[in-house]
Amino acid sequence: MSVAKPLPHDAARLHVTGQARYVDDIPTPADCLHLAFGLSPVAKGTIETLDLTNPSSAEGVVAVVSGQDLSPIPDCSPSNHDEPLLSDGTVHYAGQPLFIVAAHSHLAARRAAASAKIEINAEDPILSLEDALAADSRFEDGPRIYTKGDVDKALTGATHLVEGQIDIGGQEHFYLEGQTALVLPQEGGDMVIHSSSQHPNEIQHKVADALGVPMHAVRVEVRRMGGGFGGKESQGNHLAIACAIMAVRTGRPCKMRYDRDDDFTVTGKRHDARISYRAGFDADGRITGVDFTHLIRCGWAMDLSLPVADRAMLHADNAYLLPAARITSHRLKTNTQSATAFRGFGGPQGMVGIERVMDHAAHEIGMDPAEIRRVNFYRAAQAENADASGGHFQGTKKGGRLDAADLAGRGSVRVSGGSGSAKRFGGAHSPAAGGKDPNTTPYGMEVEDFILHDLQHQLSAGCSFENRKRAVDKWNAENSILKRGIALTPVKFGISFTLTHLNQAGALVHVYQDGSIHMNHGGTEMGQGLFQKVAQVAADRFGVDVDHVKITATDTGKVPNTSATAASSGTDLNGMAVKAACDTIRDRIAEVVAPDLQAKPDQVIFAGSEVRAGEAAMPFAEAVTKAYMARVSLSATGFYKTPKIEWDRIKGQGRPFFYFAYGAACSEVVIDTLTGENRILRTDILHDAGASLNPALDIGQVEGGFVQGAGWLTMEELVWDAHGTLKTHAPSTYKIPCASDAPEVFNVALYEGANREDTIYRSKAVGEPPFMLGISVFSALGHACEAAGPNFPDLQAPATPEAILSAVGRARA
Amino acid sequence: MTIRFLLNGEPQEVEAPPTTTLLDWLREQARLTGTKEGCNEGDCGACTVMVTDADGTARSLNACILFLPQLQGRAVRTVEGISAPDGTLHPVQKAMVDHHGSQCGFCTPGFITTMATAHLNGATDHADQIAGNLCRCTGYAPILRAAEAATSAPVPDHMKNDAEILASHPFPVSETLPVEREGAGSPLVSPTSADELAAWYLNHPDATLIAGATDVGLWVTKQHRALGPIAFLNQCTNLRGIVDDGETIRIGAMTNVEDVRAALAPHYPSFAEMLRRYGSVQVRNAATIGGNIANGSPIGDSPPPLIALNATLHLRRGDARRDLPLEDFFLDYGKQDRVAGEFVEAISIPRQPDTLRVYKLSKRFDQDISAVCGAFNLIVSDGAIQSARIAFGGMAGTPKRAAAVEAALTGQPMTEATARAALPAFAQDFAPLSDMRASASYRLQSAQNMLLRYVAERSGAPSNVLEVRP
Repeated sequence: MSVAKPLPHDAARLHVTGQARYVDDIPTPADCLHLAFGLSPVAKGTIETLDLTNPSSAEGVVAVVSGQDLSPIPDCSPSNHDEPLLSDGTVHYAGQPLFIVAAHSHLAARRAAASAKIEINAEDPILSLEDALAADSRFEDGPRIYTKGDVDKALTGATHLVEGQIDIGGQEHFYLEGQTALVLPQEGGDMVIHSSSQHPNEIQHKVADALGVPMHAVRVEVRRMGGGFGGKESQGNHLAIACAIMAVRTGRPCKMRYDRDDDFTVTGKRHDARISYRAGFDADGRITGVDFTHLIRCGWAMDLSLPVADRAMLHADNAYLLPAARITSHRLKTNTQSATAFRGFGGPQGMVGIERVMDHAAHEIGMDPAEIRRVNFYRAAQAENADASGGHFQGTKKGGRLDAADLAGRGSVRVSGGSGSAKRFGGAHSPAAGGKDPNTTPYGMEVEDFILHDLQHQLSAGCSFENRKRAVDKWNAENSILKRGIALTPVKFGISFTLTHLNQAGALVHVYQDGSIHMNHGGTEMGQGLFQKVAQVAADRFGVDVDHVKITATDTGKVPNTSATAASSGTDLNGMAVKAACDTIRDRIAEVVAPDLQAKPDQVIFAGSEVRAGEAAMPFAEAVTKAYMARVSLSATGFYKTPKIEWDRIKGQGRPFFYFAYGAACSEVVIDTLTGENRILRTDILHDAGASLNPALDIGQVEGGFVQGAGWLTMEELVWDAHGTLKTHAPSTYKIPCASDAPEVFNVALYEGANREDTIYRSKAVGEPPFMLGISVFSALGHACEAAGPNFPDLQAPATPEAILSAVGRARA
Repeated sequence: MTIRFLLNGEPQEVEAPPTTTLLDWLREQARLTGTKEGCNEGDCGACTVMVTDADGTARSLNACILFLPQLQGRAVRTVEGISAPDGTLHPVQKAMVDHHGSQCGFCTPGFITTMATAHLNGATDHADQIAGNLCRCTGYAPILRAAEAATSAPVPDHMKNDAEILASHPFPVSETLPVEREGAGSPLVSPTSADELAAWYLNHPDATLIAGATDVGLWVTKQHRALGPIAFLNQCTNLRGIVDDGETIRIGAMTNVEDVRAALAPHYPSFAEMLRRYGSVQVRNAATIGGNIANGSPIGDSPPPLIALNATLHLRRGDARRDLPLEDFFLDYGKQDRVAGEFVEAISIPRQPDTLRVYKLSKRFDQDISAVCGAFNLIVSDGAIQSARIAFGGMAGTPKRAAAVEAALTGQPMTEATARAALPAFAQDFAPLSDMRASASYRLQSAQNMLLRYVAERSGAPSNVLEVRP
């Protein structure tokens, strides 16, 4: 039984010995060329002169190509066909690629690319949200608006009204491995591409489009990335396309990797945003309605901004039942890098908005921030049994009913014609029918699986939240310069691509004559442990140890038409696809060996490296050999599409998500009211990964996601100057958390409970949701600022020392 | 230039242009791709290697800003050389696997070499040891657990080999000043003493002096600058070292910041703590005190406390030497009181009771450049401020004393009221700039507040978030 074991990452031993191979480590043919982009130094204008004499004559340079040399200029956009590989003469942001240098070495290419004489007729760039709004510079015709109930009436009649706005900075991905592509031209004009990409299918599609060849002429392989976080969903297109067109022009292999400064300067980041709010509350702290306006800075091209901004709207409620809500979202076009996917995909921004409302209202009403959150929670999943005001959620504890119900998925596996998973939950696990107010989101989706009452209760008790809150107050009364803050914040995150057709996946599984298994699927490995988790599924289906399963590189030649490994969907989708493929082969083997075991095929069990029925058994490898000798195919594809989802993004109605993943974090911080310096003292997290496929890897996602989220809201600050040049373009100026920034006390646990939906072994997606646990740090910092004075401090994000000192000033003013 | 060093125990003799970085050479020539490029500027640690000196000292260093000539006569160990020859994992490697310390794995080789070096040296301040290795996946918790778990494991024999080989077969160091010419003919030397350097520099005053290369490295990797004549100072052994005669502490210019930190910790702990945060272990192991002073940066962190301690700078040109108060060395932005052919030989700190506090303000505590660095040294007698020496980095075009503030304080009682009364004087001393690290108004306000903090701290009030425990 391999599922649910805390096995190490599949490549852990390769990682620690330096043998794990990334794209830039692949040995290249001797004649390989190295590429670099020449970049625009200004944010907006038209090219007057692009004098490429210097780069063309520089030592080691083989070719220099500008937009003028390409007809048409290949497009790199994942959405809107609005991102030419090289400038068409107009410039839209500082850092836009203008030309390509191909040289004998990476260094020679970079040197040459910096040597061009560029004259641009500069125009005033649109940089800020205000500028963009004033100029009506936007994507889509106007704002997108989701509504539920009568917001204006709800606000008018409210006992308490809070109003404000919060600026939320963007975030650089800072994957440790920069963007890289290697293109190897093949016979007949075919291309083999190694790309550090979360979306090999898109690389294939965009390169084929650029070269004017069918997709079958391009094969893309991705063994692993050195981090992705959304930054390699679309941003690798440029490098792969540049290499492909230069490979065609020169007939030579081409490799391109961005120097770190170029990576910052060229590629998109998390969307920064401003969220303004008006929210009404009754005397008990229950929200009556909220009116949000999201200003989202999308940068110069559309990229994935529409679904990102949609997801921000879809998380404007977070964990709270909003009787009335209006969310207005402006997707603003600016002369900056085209903002792109980043872990949470807009969800974090939307969630910060409502969490700010809760903190603001708690201050206004004089209520405890954790309590006001709790009273506004959605009703618990088990409506009949659980008290909506915080009753104990029962039903899906490990060791209880779940394991019995899910026997087929957990232990010995019965052949079941491919479905072979847990029984469906019903009865007590279904939400109460009817009820006074529908338990629905602002976009009309019924929240059926809400577990935060119990989860928050467990976390709060486990970390002595109430006692520590009192201790913080006492400490603050005794200290004038330093102030502590503590906050407990929840996360509810929707799982599925909101573009419904993306919720599909394929797999290819071979079983060789010796019983060893070759596994392939459309998901990519960027560190999250996807490959190991899915290998555990494959091993479990065949009842063998995971080391019998060979994990192989993602390859568009093996599994076609895949979606990006994104939206936390990797394991949900590919685990199910691999399971389907394994079960097909397993059924065939069972057919062959059933007579030998004197059983019917559906009585055959695969477990303990054996195939057995009753007392009769044979080694798995022997069963495989028998199937081979019987001329039975031991190779199969698998396919999966997520059920139940339907979504109309224009109306803002439907069920965009298969289910929700939950979590909560309690963070305690200390600030210095003289300088704004701050630290996280302690964080406790309880996170819902359903019935975890691998608790070690899942906890790794929670710890890492939390620190990344905390970094976003504290020290990570992107600064552009008045001309639109990014001034924080390397780790010297852009600071991600380092080891000493992790909380000194850091307790992370997984919530015990299975997914009520029929996912792979009842697990839940875990890639993105923990990122938003970092909001607890931001909220705790705000709480500490509140201790400095009587006013609401209105802390802005990121909470740099400067932002905190400013908030302390407002608290005291 | 021929460079001789050990690589994973094997002698190497390499001919390469002098500004070839170890990282590029490892990945492109030696085909050892375990060492990664994450930033190419010494800020992420993905390229960390262990370097052992002839005296047996092992240090972690960033290979991306380490030029091959700096390795002359030393031993390099990369991630490929951390496992035992039979493939047995090093204790830190095993612990990293067991504790799930790698996710994407790209930063992992750098962590392994940093952790193996710390393990060899018996260092157990794990968070500080790995502060210069960035990881974007794990949140560091499992890496810290792994470091802790490996602490008690014995050092594998092969990790001690580099020092033994260097001790038994020292590489020949040139007896005479080697002068070589490269390509277009820029002279290139590697002097073995301050005298050799002084004589040569007199005739090549336009030369670039390379000590730790934590700054010059970026001129090459990021700015693609041609350096002209170069002197590598790593073999100038008599420019290195600290002498404390009870009256003054004299620090040779080539002394690295880590050694300075260790030497000052017993005397001026606040200074030493600031130096801990000045840079990562890798950077502190490379950067020199002389380089930090001589480059004249307004945000160099060592000048403010040195000025507050009334340090004396020792300059040398040929055989001529002169001393001046450090504060007088910094004339204007990018301009120092240093004539052609003159170099920093040492800095001296007069021994004094410890009343120094240094406040380094940055977005991240470790391995970040200061927005403001303030150093305060007030001598109080009978409740009155007898003398005040206050200096700041990040507040002007140079490291600068707060003369008006000092005047406002001197002779006054040591109270919060005195400090508050002196706050307006900051605006006479400083008109700071706004940049990506901080706004002008924040710089001024936080500098003022640092004075309040100093007074509070001297009175015993808790004022340092780093000292608050959960």
